[in-house]
Amino acid sequence: MTQKTAALLAFMVLTIFTACSTPPPPAPALDLSLTRLSKENRFLVTLVPPDGTIGIQQIQSWQIKLATPAGVPIAKALVYLNGGMPEHGHGLPTRPVVTSEIAPGTYQLEGLKFSMPGWWELIVAVQVNGMEDMTYFNKIIPVPAPGK
Amino acid sequence: MTQNGLSALVALSLAGSVAMAASGDRWSQSELAVLSSLRLSQLPAMPRDSSNAYENNPDAIALGKRLFFDARFSRNQAIACATCHDPARHFQDSRPRGVGLGTTARRTMSLVGAGYGPWLFWDGRKDSLWAQALGPMEDALEHGGNRVRFAHLMREHYRGEYEVVFGALPDLSRLPPNAGPLGTPEEKAAWSERDARVKQDISRVFANMGKAIAAFEKTLRHGESRFDRYVEGVLKRDTRVPSQLTPQEVNGLRIFIGKGQCVSCHNGPLFTDHFFHSTRVPPLDPARPDPGRAVGAIAVQQDEFNCLGRFSDAPPAQCQELRFMVIHDPALRRAFKTPGLRSVALHPPYMHAGQFATLTEVVRHYVKAPEMVIVATNSGHSHGLGSELNPLALSEQEIQDLVDFLGALSGSVVEEANY
Repeated sequence: MTQKTAALLAFMVLTIFTACSTPPPPAPALDLSLTRLSKENRFLVTLVPPDGTIGIQQIQSWQIKLATPAGVPIAKALVYLNGGMPEHGHGLPTRPVVTSEIAPGTYQLEGLKFSMPGWWELIVAVQVNGMEDMTYFNKIIPVPAPGK
Repeated sequence: MTQNGLSALVALSLAGSVAMAASGDRWSQSELAVLSSLRLSQLPAMPRDSSNAYENNPDAIALGKRLFFDARFSRNQAIACATCHDPARHFQDSRPRGVGLGTTARRTMSLVGAGYGPWLFWDGRKDSLWAQALGPMEDALEHGGNRVRFAHLMREHYRGEYEVVFGALPDLSRLPPNAGPLGTPEEKAAWSERDARVKQDISRVFANMGKAIAAFEKTLRHGESRFDRYVEGVLKRDTRVPSQLTPQEVNGLRIFIGKGQCVSCHNGPLFTDHFFHSTRVPPLDPARPDPGRAVGAIAVQQDEFNCLGRFSDAPPAQCQELRFMVIHDPALRRAFKTPGLRSVALHPPYMHAGQFATLTEVVRHYVKAPEMVIVATNSGHSHGLGSELNPLALSEQEIQDLVDFLGALSGSVVEEANY
């Protein structure tokens, strides 16, 4: 990660997830789409969770698909994910890492974990061919269903 | 899905928007889902610790239990693990801060169910029960021992039991009575004179002691509480089951999962998210506040007994918590692990250094959500210490109801006799 990308990602996370001496904002109507255009419209980013219900307290592997706005996969990019809970003022309990590119434009993310049910915001930052951009995703982690 | 699970799910589906318990308590479907997730019956099997290959070995469990209660493994021959982790007190000591040879910086945490979380101690500076067990044994304020002394004691008193589980003890005949990397200056000097192979052999004996103690500790489970029986009754819509909770406790429960927001961090059957949060609990010494997880994360990364270390039995790929650990994050400053709440009312005082004597004080702290504390650092800069708390609007009666509800989480300790 370049210093600039790292600083940008850190800034975005800090802006969102700290300074919580005021009551949380009312829950907005959340866009739960897992395919989003990046802020500067440079990339189309898709998060692919593992099959089944996303549980809490489990370290998971997700995929991140990266493409041009027209849908052409983008290979050999640097992809980072961070996040947290805007209503609670804390970040992810782990520091997930993109460990490999398993197909052109499809990146393997390891080490993602959610520590409680509720609204989580995930931020993906991308750097490729001298371009940088980022986007946000909302994910609602449900209360675990009865298991037995 | 088991039959119980199916019936619980059916009960949830049939409940429609509300369900009514025997006492007439009405819960919405989303509230029922939360209540259901908190039941003890929802606790999965204790997760396997792949860094401890001996944790299910009956001989290791039996050895660990004897070591746990053996005060010879201390400088003054009077401190055992059980001194602070007292079986009569849910394996904690009811003191504001632990007391061994001296007074420690933090409250003793209970060991019951401790094998469920990825991080041990208030700051998570250990990543397994066995690594945790080793810390106090060499801490000058706790057992104050050293690992060469421990190896001699193992040879003298536990050789047979040890070698059945872990194989032959190393030759100790050329070693001094006392030596270790964390002891007195003399003990450190004696340790540094040994060659690397000897140090590794001795440290492995020490690590194996921890693995045996951890194997015993993993048998300690929470017993059912009135809360669990209440929720099971609500989910079954069994009007013949008398309500297990008083109206005040039910109201407290409603606050706990509702406007109190307690369940955000105190979630799941153990009432903890196993993570670290800063909630502006007043430090014992405002001039030198305990840094909590900010330092604990670095400590566990550097710990020779962590999951990725040479004494771990886990392949590195299985050390996911450590590999993907958050280390540098301002939110970890003065953050401490969310304690589980089962049997919490039985064991004051509260918070990481026993700052609050009663649960009422704890709840009042969360109601106030005090403003950020400004502290001068060593560098001369001042900084605000953040918190995740938001002020709550609770009446005096609601505070008392919430405290009453916490009393319904009390249960016994169950030692699984599977060895």
